[in-house]
Amino acid sequence: MASAPSAEVLSKLTPVLTKRWLSPEAWKIDVYEQLDGYAALRKAVEYHPDEIIAFMKESGHRGRGGAGFPVGMKWAFIPQNDGKPHYLVVNADEGEPGTCKDLPLMMNDPHSLIEGIIIACYAVRAERAYVYVRGEAVHAARRLRNAVEEARAKGYLGRNVLGRGFDLDVVIHSGAGAYICGEETALLDSLEGFRGQPRLRPPFPATHGLYASPTVINNVGSIASVPHIVLGGADWWKSLGSENAAGTMIYSLSGRVKNPGQYECGMGITLNELLELAGGMADGHNLRFWTPGGSSTPMLTAEHADVPLDFDSIAKAGSILGTTAMMIFSDQDCPVYASYRWIVFYAHESCGKCTPCREGNYWMTRVYRRILSGRGTHEDLDTLLDACDNLLGRSFCGLGDGATSCVTSSLKYFKQDYLDYIEGRRKPLLNAADLVGAH
Amino acid sequence: MAYSEELREQARQIMARYPEGRQRSALLPMLHLVQSHDGYVTPEGIALCAEMIGITKAQVAAVSTFYTMYKREPTGDFLVSVCTNTMCDVMGGQRVYDTLKEYLGVDHDETTADGKITLEHAECLAACDYAPVMTVNYEFYDRVTPDSALGTVEALQKGERPAPTRGARLCTLKEMSRQLAGWSEDRAEALADNSLGDATLAGARMAADNGVTAPQIDPATPLVKKENS
Ligand SMILES: Cc1cc2nc3c(=O)[nH]c(=O)nc-3n(C[C@H](O)[C@H](O)[C@H](O)COP(=O)(O)O)c2cc1C
Ligand code: SF4
Ligand code: FES
Repeated sequence: MASAPSAEVLSKLTPVLTKRWLSPEAWKIDVYEQLDGYAALRKAVEYHPDEIIAFMKESGHRGRGGAGFPVGMKWAFIPQNDGKPHYLVVNADEGEPGTCKDLPLMMNDPHSLIEGIIIACYAVRAERAYVYVRGEAVHAARRLRNAVEEARAKGYLGRNVLGRGFDLDVVIHSGAGAYICGEETALLDSLEGFRGQPRLRPPFPATHGLYASPTVINNVGSIASVPHIVLGGADWWKSLGSENAAGTMIYSLSGRVKNPGQYECGMGITLNELLELAGGMADGHNLRFWTPGGSSTPMLTAEHADVPLDFDSIAKAGSILGTTAMMIFSDQDCPVYASYRWIVFYAHESCGKCTPCREGNYWMTRVYRRILSGRGTHEDLDTLLDACDNLLGRSFCGLGDGATSCVTSSLKYFKQDYLDYIEGRRKPLLNAADLVGAH
Repeated sequence: MAYSEELREQARQIMARYPEGRQRSALLPMLHLVQSHDGYVTPEGIALCAEMIGITKAQVAAVSTFYTMYKREPTGDFLVSVCTNTMCDVMGGQRVYDTLKEYLGVDHDETTADGKITLEHAECLAACDYAPVMTVNYEFYDRVTPDSALGTVEALQKGERPAPTRGARLCTLKEMSRQLAGWSEDRAEALADNSLGDATLAGARMAADNGVTAPQIDPATPLVKKENS
């Protein structure tokens, strides 16, 4: 019964970053070059590095790692002529639950990332770049390492890139399994060979980043977009998105939809439109709750399905665009259980550096277990909100803030579900046996 | 455990990837390297990292225990990881995990008596569009069911190496750890092994099938307006 999407909605598909994925051998440099590969780099080096930075500002391009920080501005923060080495660190730690856009990009179009890295390094005058790839992403790392070797053999990397007198070395560095290492300063500590724990800011990475040197940290998608933007121009990139949200975004649909997957569209498409592209909800499922950008973004409901998915509109609706990881749940899924499972995740991934997050997530896990096993009390709901109060804005990094999203938003929209467990109208989802060791 | 000169040389190569005086950056790859030799992080492996980088064993251990991919006990040839984070759980991942746990008779982070298979439940593996997912030595088996997962594990036990849905043909966990330490894939076919699936291509294919493209670009568009001087 999947009805075909209307022509109007179909026309919202805007394959730019995902287009080469259709060419199964685009990960090889020869194929990549036939598909416009490295043309943007040749174009970029005709300009002064300062001009590239000004251009990136003009393009309105914003970071794809979750916070939407303007890319050109970040590059401009790097002090020039300071006599220090500069670094570019690509955040390829993709671990935010729901997020699954960077891995396919690195597997299927690794050279677009490498080309973006070279342009970025040329602009900020960095001679070394590190790609911090999450350890588990082995096929992505494999294709990236190969891409680096191919690019070096062709003179795009190494000494005297394209005969332009600058040197660049790229190292693919595999992590070892820790969500917190996606937080940019924890990532730097990890890359320096320490436990991945966030650093106090200021000083900011732009002046004191990797090895206390000026460092740009950008997400995979932020950097892989750069060659496209350079080729198409700032006005073209802006024309693809909406106000304050230039360009395309890879929307990752997962869960109770007929055809889950990656749908690249201009910023500002709505969930309803995306659902139309994805063939609608799975049979027998009705939309109940969803996240616009991963588990750290407050969940929304069916009422929000027409909100434009861009930074400002989603913020107005009380959530965060995050990584555009749209996890879609139905009337057969329980928002209390979903939140519980995410809190278990945050408790497990908390780095332990600050008390609100280390203790708060631990306590919330226990409270959720109690509620879901039918032994919860009304005070438990206050305890959850109290714990969130202590976390939000009081934790040392974004992990602690992010953990509160599912709790407060599910309590806001689905308090009745909590009460149904507490007041015995709903069969416990966890049994007492699960609680052994939990009390 | 005595380490060969060859392994020490590999450790030196890892250290050379980082700037002079920043050799501690080599620690994570070096821990992967000692796992490629020992199958887990042994006291000897910790000592080697400490000695070569010039930090204390306690400093190395503090790092190795922080990360889930460094194992504290011997592992099997194949690490089977089942995602049980929310999306995979809701889509059936917990049932997959429970099925394997019962069949193998081991729980999280444990290895079968024959030393072949280590089981673990994992957090989100960045493949939610294929939920529920399982990996073997970190290669993806997409949209698994209890039956399909069981089939994969049974095949592993028989000495077969069932092909992943996305990812390279299987090697052993130790061999994979070598790649994690930063070495390139030396099997040309493995590099080319499948990385695509219907969910990856959902939007791109739909656009292509319907003749929808992004607005044309003109690669000659100048990046900045140059003043005519
Ligand atoms: C707990 C936590 C995990 C994060 N994980 C990632 C990640 O896996 N990938 C990523 O690009 N950004 C992640 N971020 C955001 C980064 O800290 C940072 O904002 C981002 O890499 C900046 O890149 P951008 O400006 O290009 O978006 C995470 C943040 C937090 C607080
Ligand atoms: S908020 Fe959590 S993850 Fe972040 S520093 Fe504190 S304990 Fe660590
Ligand atoms: S929740 Fe399992 S891969 Fe994301």
